[in-house]
Amino acid sequence: METIIEALVALFLLIGAAFALVGSIGLAKLPDFFMRLHGPTKATTLGVGGMIVGSVLYFSTRGEGLSLHELLITLFLLITAPVSAHMLAKAALHLRLRTVERTRGEGTLPRGDVK
Amino acid sequence: MIAPRRWLPHPLLSLLLLILWLLLFNTVSLAHVLFGLLLGILVPLFTQRFWPGSPRVRRPLHLARYGLVVLGDILIANVEVAWLILGPVKKLRPAFVTYPLDLREDFSITLLASTVSLTPGTVSADVSADRRTLLIHALDVADEAALIAHIKQRYETPLKEIFEC
Repeated sequence: METIIEALVALFLLIGAAFALVGSIGLAKLPDFFMRLHGPTKATTLGVGGMIVGSVLYFSTRGEGLSLHELLITLFLLITAPVSAHMLAKAALHLRLRTVERTRGEGTLPRGDVK
Repeated sequence: MIAPRRWLPHPLLSLLLLILWLLLFNTVSLAHVLFGLLLGILVPLFTQRFWPGSPRVRRPLHLARYGLVVLGDILIANVEVAWLILGPVKKLRPAFVTYPLDLREDFSITLLASTVSLTPGTVSADVSADRRTLLIHALDVADEAALIAHIKQRYETPLKEIFEC
């Protein structure tokens, strides 16, 4: 029993770490700011999520009762990630950051005034 | 007897605060339940004047189902975006999409924008000043119209039912 749980905890930690890694790779690899924004907002949500499931499993099976307060981290992350992504995107629009040439629909953007 | 509307203006928020409090302390002892209840009643009362037009949840069950759908989509979104990131960057087709909003209230628009940011390959970037369109940046779209139709049908229509009907 102990081994199974430890294996499960390890599995969730690995899944979480893998997604966090992919998110960071995206940050380094993607060509423009708006595309880079996609990595941290999504891939990391599951990255942290996986680690938290591992933590819940580990602490809940140590005989001290159910441990759920880690879930709060996920909740707060889900609330704050879109807001910060939105603010970053808005600032980027305002600063007229360069986008990859093949980006479509750019003519319609509400860009900030050039000073 | 004071009307429930007066001392319990946001029943769902009160419930959420109670659950948060219990999770924070990781117990369900009587003392914490009572204190959580007290907080759940007091915090909404004191913060009420800061709410810009309080949102009315008309169908709590639909809200719960919407939450589950979004949670499932977040899982799929993570896998999809991870796949896109690891694949060849040259093949990605990024685009800005202007999404026509049907929702009118700030609160539900905020919820929709957050949902869009959390789900497959899209980040909401800007809401127009007149609250009629939402600007979305997508990592890889083949067809803008299909994306708009998807968001409309999967997220906006349920939100409209829940908050505005």
